[in-house]
Amino acid sequence: MADVTFTVDGRQLTAPAGTLVIEACRAAGIEIPAFCYYPGLSLQAACRMCLVRIEKMPKLQTACTTPVGEGMVIATETDEIKQARKSMLELLLANHPLDCPVCDAGGECELQDMTFKYGAGGSKFTDIKNHRDEQQWSPVVFFDRPRCILCYRCVRVCNEGMDVAALGIQFRNSGAVIAPNDITSLDCEQCGMCIDLCPVGALTSDTYRYKTRPWELTHVGTICTHCGDGCKTTLGARREENGMQIVRGDNRDKSGMNGDFLCVKGRYAFDFANNPERLTQPLVRQPDGKLAPARWEDAIALVARRFREIREERGGAAMGVIGSTRITNEEAYLLQKFARGPLQTANIDHHRTTDYPGFVKALGGETAHFGSIADALTAPAILLVGGDPTEEHPLLAWNLRTNFRHNGSRIYIANHRAIKLEHQAKATLRISYGGYADLVRSLAASDDASLPAETAHFRDALRAEQNLLIVFGAELRGDAIAPLIQFGLSLPAAKFACLGDFANSRGAMDMGLHPAFTPGYQAVSTVGLSLPQMMDAAGRNELAALYVVGDDPVGRLGLAPESLRNTFLVVQDMFLTATAQVADVVLPSASLYEKSGTVTNTYGDLQPVKKAADTTGVRSDLELIIRIADQMGEDIRALVPFGRGERGDMGQSRGVQSGEADRHAVWLAAHNLEPKLSPFDPDALLDEIQRLVPGYDVDRFALMAGEPQPVRVAAGSNFPVSTGSESIQPANDTLFTSGTLGQYSEKLTEVNRFQAEKTLVAAG
Amino acid sequence: MSATTLPAPFAPTIFSPELAARFDKLVTLYPVRRSALVPMLLYAQDEIGYLSDSAIAEIAQRIGITELDVRNVLSYYSMLRTKPAGKFNVQVCTNISCMLRGGRELLEHCERRLGIGHKQVTPDGVFSLEEVECIGACSWAPAVQVNYDFHDNLTPEAMDAVLESYRAKANE
Repeated sequence: MADVTFTVDGRQLTAPAGTLVIEACRAAGIEIPAFCYYPGLSLQAACRMCLVRIEKMPKLQTACTTPVGEGMVIATETDEIKQARKSMLELLLANHPLDCPVCDAGGECELQDMTFKYGAGGSKFTDIKNHRDEQQWSPVVFFDRPRCILCYRCVRVCNEGMDVAALGIQFRNSGAVIAPNDITSLDCEQCGMCIDLCPVGALTSDTYRYKTRPWELTHVGTICTHCGDGCKTTLGARREENGMQIVRGDNRDKSGMNGDFLCVKGRYAFDFANNPERLTQPLVRQPDGKLAPARWEDAIALVARRFREIREERGGAAMGVIGSTRITNEEAYLLQKFARGPLQTANIDHHRTTDYPGFVKALGGETAHFGSIADALTAPAILLVGGDPTEEHPLLAWNLRTNFRHNGSRIYIANHRAIKLEHQAKATLRISYGGYADLVRSLAASDDASLPAETAHFRDALRAEQNLLIVFGAELRGDAIAPLIQFGLSLPAAKFACLGDFANSRGAMDMGLHPAFTPGYQAVSTVGLSLPQMMDAAGRNELAALYVVGDDPVGRLGLAPESLRNTFLVVQDMFLTATAQVADVVLPSASLYEKSGTVTNTYGDLQPVKKAADTTGVRSDLELIIRIADQMGEDIRALVPFGRGERGDMGQSRGVQSGEADRHAVWLAAHNLEPKLSPFDPDALLDEIQRLVPGYDVDRFALMAGEPQPVRVAAGSNFPVSTGSESIQPANDTLFTSGTLGQYSEKLTEVNRFQAEKTLVAAG
Repeated sequence: MSATTLPAPFAPTIFSPELAARFDKLVTLYPVRRSALVPMLLYAQDEIGYLSDSAIAEIAQRIGITELDVRNVLSYYSMLRTKPAGKFNVQVCTNISCMLRGGRELLEHCERRLGIGHKQVTPDGVFSLEEVECIGACSWAPAVQVNYDFHDNLTPEAMDAVLESYRAKANE
């Protein structure tokens, strides 16, 4: 829209026509206070804090609902306005308890800040304040009525942002009260957005309330360890006896690609890290058959000795390595390097939840068509094939809803079950569970008269789209992906995204935790055993050693523990999982919140992970792999490029050998990067990943500044015919479960039980 | 969580066939079905005596909104209630005109006479008492509304006669 020019406090400003006065002023650095105004939500004009004087208008106007006009003259900070705001605050404080010293929001309260600024310190009211007792609405949400200032932010974010509508407003005037949908409790997605947006301490979370003061926390922005969306979460941690303990997760600073959004897992399910069942010392199987605590040195020496012996006696083919979907890219990269190098085995895999290799293969070299989570917020049209974003990818669902609300995007859904996002869909096609391959073939194929009218209609609408974001779930695998990609590429513009389940499922695959691929989907000449094949081999006594880093194949696949009886089993994990219970050595490892590195979300956005917490007695998987390799007598410099390099190119070499002396050192110099001093510095591996892994040569400085970097992997020319999609096992998580990790989160377990009871009651 | 919009006629219903038929029509009269909410709540209350959980559920379903939406609206209006009232709901105005002409005293008199307080029901279920804001009868203050009938220019003695007449009705 055309720009208009107007004056604010004597300054001449310009903004596009239609911009609200409050936004135009904020953009120019003029802050107008507001409680009810919240960017992205509908306008309310309930709090009257944003009143400004606009010339030629009879009364003070709400800046949050008035669009700027040509020649408008606005005053934002006159004595009249200050007095109006002060009076509003006095009214708000009439019933608001002044218990700031014990209020959860103390120190981060917008009402406190504004009272401080406008100084409604005294009150003309002498009546007794209305009081109502605090209510618990769910395992996570508490409501303290007297503190509520009726800004409606919670009601709107639940209605509009979440499409849940679990909060309403009842009664009127000073008796008005926010009410939950199930009379005295909340039947909702338990996302906690209402708590997050609450400007005061009226809505509080069970995980944080009355535990600490905000200024006692150290805040670290990192990436959530639960689903594959990769939301940034700011973890508030506090020093405890056993390390730095996380007491809060939110993203109030709106940094990162998820803005302020977090789901129930990101916001509350960090407590697995504080679970008393956490392993904090190594365990070694004793002659009596029991696991007993051991010294780190002894445990690692034992692992190294047995790995070396088995490699020498039985060869690498008798060894297997299983990686994790929640370790960093650096750890996954190192683990496959360790497997393929020192362990001399091609048997390496991880819990695959979707067919990334099939996706990369189908996309071929069309790397410009990789979508990112940000595209879901702006794409004019979206096709969702399979998956249930509301349950499995809450950020994707949030972005799709926001895009629909703000931009009127057209959402097309093809699914075998009813999913909540259909509320926003332009067209919905119900297909059978086995019908996905047929559907995408019919999209790509030339017109087929035998197609049911509904499918044909759906297809024709999609074909008319000019710019389509295509998102597909694990229902589409192997050869079934290609027709969908082919269809998308036939449109003027299309992007694609493939839905996988865990925080670093994509990274684990990209980093080559796969028997057929080295990092960057480079095919290997000899394909090793997949995870199920390794477990079968163990059952046949053909697997002499198995190194499991952060996975629980025994528990997850329901395997008989005896099947691993004759395998030397080493497990690195946070908990004594079913697999760890039958291990010979168990090494306690750090969670994703307790280490640094990078992870790649399912859309291929690479993001940095920062160490936010610490549990005494655990070590990162990175450190453990290096220590085992070191004890095996391996050259650590061959695994991790650190130090200045022994054969640094000092610039003297010439000709064809130029720069060959130490490619890594030359590459570092060329990229303005310092050599890393320690093998335990994950950046040393990130350097190598960036240098060597196709698609990972990202803008490092933007990455470190917290800007997600798109990973663009092109399929190698020697891509194998089969991508091993048969061993894919989606997690089928709901909002309240998180693979094998969820059970260790007390809060998530409690919420899951609470919601299950609600569902039971609803079903009668 | 969002209720689906059901086509008329709606069945099974908790309301009488006449009222159900009236509701079936009512939701079609407005550009948006939601507009039928307040009249539906009033008619439902007239028939059942109050807005029960099942009445709220059915009205929500009939309109295609959530029960929470219905509760949000009904709680706003003081004449809509979610608990049973007496057969005769005595509403005493204590707003300014009535107050100046003895409304407060009238209320206290009713409390003594009926043995119940604000929003309470007599044990026999015949009377309930409510202190209400202006009922628009200022010219004849103090005024009392019993169900949909007005009684004005009242004194405690006149009030007794009014209560007696309703007691007699209840015994019929």
